[in-house]
Amino acid sequence: MNKQVELPKAFSKERLLELAHQMWLIRYFDEKVDEFFARGLIHGTTHLCVGQEATAAGACAVLNEQDKITSTHRGHGHCIAKGADVNRMMAELFARETGYCKGKGGSMHIADVDRGNLGANGIVGGGIPIAVGSALTAKMKNLDYVTLCFFGDGASNEGSFHEGINLASVWNLPVIFFCENNQYGMSGSVKEMTNIENIGDRAAAYGIPGIVVEGNDLFAVIEATQEALERARNGGGPTLIEAKTYRWKGHSKSDAKKYRTKEEERFWRTEKDPLVFMANRLIEAGLTDEQEWENIRLQAKEEIEAAVRYAEASPQPSLDSLETDVYA
Amino acid sequence: MPVSNMIESIRDALGIALAADDDLLILGEDVGRYGGVFRATEGLQERYGPDRVIDMPLAESSIIGAAIGLALEGYKPVCEIQFLGFLYPGFEQLISHVSRIRYRTQGDYGMSMVIRAPMGSGVKSHELHSDSFESFYVHIPGIKVVVPSNPYDAKGLLLAAIDDPDPVIFLEPTALYRAEREEVPAEIYQIPLGAAKLVREGQDLTMIAWGGMVPVVKEAAVQLVEDQIQCEIIDIRSLYPFDQDLIVQSVKKTGRVIVVHEAPRTLGVGAEVAAMIQEQAFLFLEAPIMRVTGYDVPTPLGALEHVNRPDVNRIKKAVQQVLHY
Ligand SMILES: Cc1ncc(C[n+]2csc(CCOP(=O)(O)OP(=O)(O)O)c2C)c(N)n1
Ligand SMILES: [Mg+2]
Repeated sequence: MNKQVELPKAFSKERLLELAHQMWLIRYFDEKVDEFFARGLIHGTTHLCVGQEATAAGACAVLNEQDKITSTHRGHGHCIAKGADVNRMMAELFARETGYCKGKGGSMHIADVDRGNLGANGIVGGGIPIAVGSALTAKMKNLDYVTLCFFGDGASNEGSFHEGINLASVWNLPVIFFCENNQYGMSGSVKEMTNIENIGDRAAAYGIPGIVVEGNDLFAVIEATQEALERARNGGGPTLIEAKTYRWKGHSKSDAKKYRTKEEERFWRTEKDPLVFMANRLIEAGLTDEQEWENIRLQAKEEIEAAVRYAEASPQPSLDSLETDVYA
Repeated sequence: MPVSNMIESIRDALGIALAADDDLLILGEDVGRYGGVFRATEGLQERYGPDRVIDMPLAESSIIGAAIGLALEGYKPVCEIQFLGFLYPGFEQLISHVSRIRYRTQGDYGMSMVIRAPMGSGVKSHELHSDSFESFYVHIPGIKVVVPSNPYDAKGLLLAAIDDPDPVIFLEPTALYRAEREEVPAEIYQIPLGAAKLVREGQDLTMIAWGGMVPVVKEAAVQLVEDQIQCEIIDIRSLYPFDQDLIVQSVKKTGRVIVVHEAPRTLGVGAEVAAMIQEQAFLFLEAPIMRVTGYDVPTPLGALEHVNRPDVNRIKKAVQQVLHY
């Protein structure tokens, strides 16, 4: 795992800087959500992916627009990486009519039909069989897309994980199971909740390849996903990728984080920040410099501020929209 | 007498039960060190150890499923599900096995267990975090369903549920966890399952509610006094078995009824209550029984949540309709 992977050859300098921008967008989006939650200005339940930017960005970086994803409760990064409009996302968190779910769904339910995002949901592991159905469609109708399914380490203990991967394997489907192992479910650590070293090793049980990768290294994530994607596109069937990462924030609001140590948190924040890692690699390779990197950061920050302004200026859903869209 | 909110009185009951019975186990996600999503089990693992207060992996099916095996072997499992909306992955165990084992074995095996879950809206949460599908569980033969509406009842009902020889789904209105504090005796007491509570006496109309709707109905009744309307309020609190006698007695007195629930209207428990009343007290009714309920929608976010959830105004309006029928 710890070997340094090469920068992806197929990616131009511009594309790499675009990914840097995207990762900053993800970070600032969730930092902003955190702030507004704390101030009591947005509601619902929310789960932040600060610290996990490289998994979402890296996995989606190799996908085409027609490729599909399924997302999770911790899904803001997935949406952004698949090309969602941060204005409409922020509006959704603010429960405004211009949001992706017309202000009725909040953080955990964003889908983006135009970008192949089949949606997030609040059931841990809920997306896994859904991704299998999507991939089965691609196979049966001979469509040229691959479905990438995000889920967490905790989700890998739900029945849906085992049932879904087995089906995908038996049917040899073009699907990538992408486990973001951030070390914990809500409070239960992977070490206590599973009896194996790597969730990726579970692939063997279903007769599919498993890859374990450094999740905070964007380039390692890209490499692993590229390998899985090629296999899926070439009829080689599913892959299970486990990306090791860490959520910086609590599970959701009001989490005293008693289940982990300050040292552990500090280690991941200071030694393994995916953005610092990326900056170092790109600067080292002469693809950017500190000034340009800083500009990218500030640009993303401003876009999130603009998203907040957009959300705040958007109307609330009309009160008589309560019953729309329950049925066609 | 000590004063507690509902979450504290539930924790108190769980502590008492753990101390009283070495075979009582608490199973759930994050119930140990974390103390549960709403802190109902806070400190209990510290006191009783990780073998009694068991942190389960994310696998609701196996939380309920393992509880079945434990119960067959003589343990008393008390499962915590983080939100009622997350019971669905374990629903299969509940409907296929938990509810049927006594009947299936014709009494050779019992199935004494409790499944606790927060339910309902009113806390600015939404969708799966606000589900109020109590009628699913009421509908399943072999399962009892309890919904407390205040700290005192929560403790007494939970202790009764734990002592009950049959499986009990114990639904805790999230909106009420920290809504009020009241005197809750430190000692052990039980409130029998199947007994409703007369919350308020009145002769003009009977209001029937449970869980999160009880405080709303009480507030409406207080406001209606200004219009010289005296409402009687019954908190069913045990949805199965449910106290038909107390309801029928009240209806015979008032002749007018509204049933209030936040669950979707269609096939909510209100329908069952209304059907029972017309079977048993038809000639005493002065007006149709009205329901004030949630709409047939998943709970939305934001301001719409309050459109969906019955409030004082909707209740008062229904009362006027029933009175002026
Ligand atoms: C079926 C189900 N059970 C419980 C929950 C409550 N819950 C939400 S997220 C979460 C932890 C999920 O852990 P993991 O899959 O590792 O994802 P992470 O939150 O770490 O991103 C839990 C227990 C839920 N949403 N759905
Ligand atoms: Mg996790």
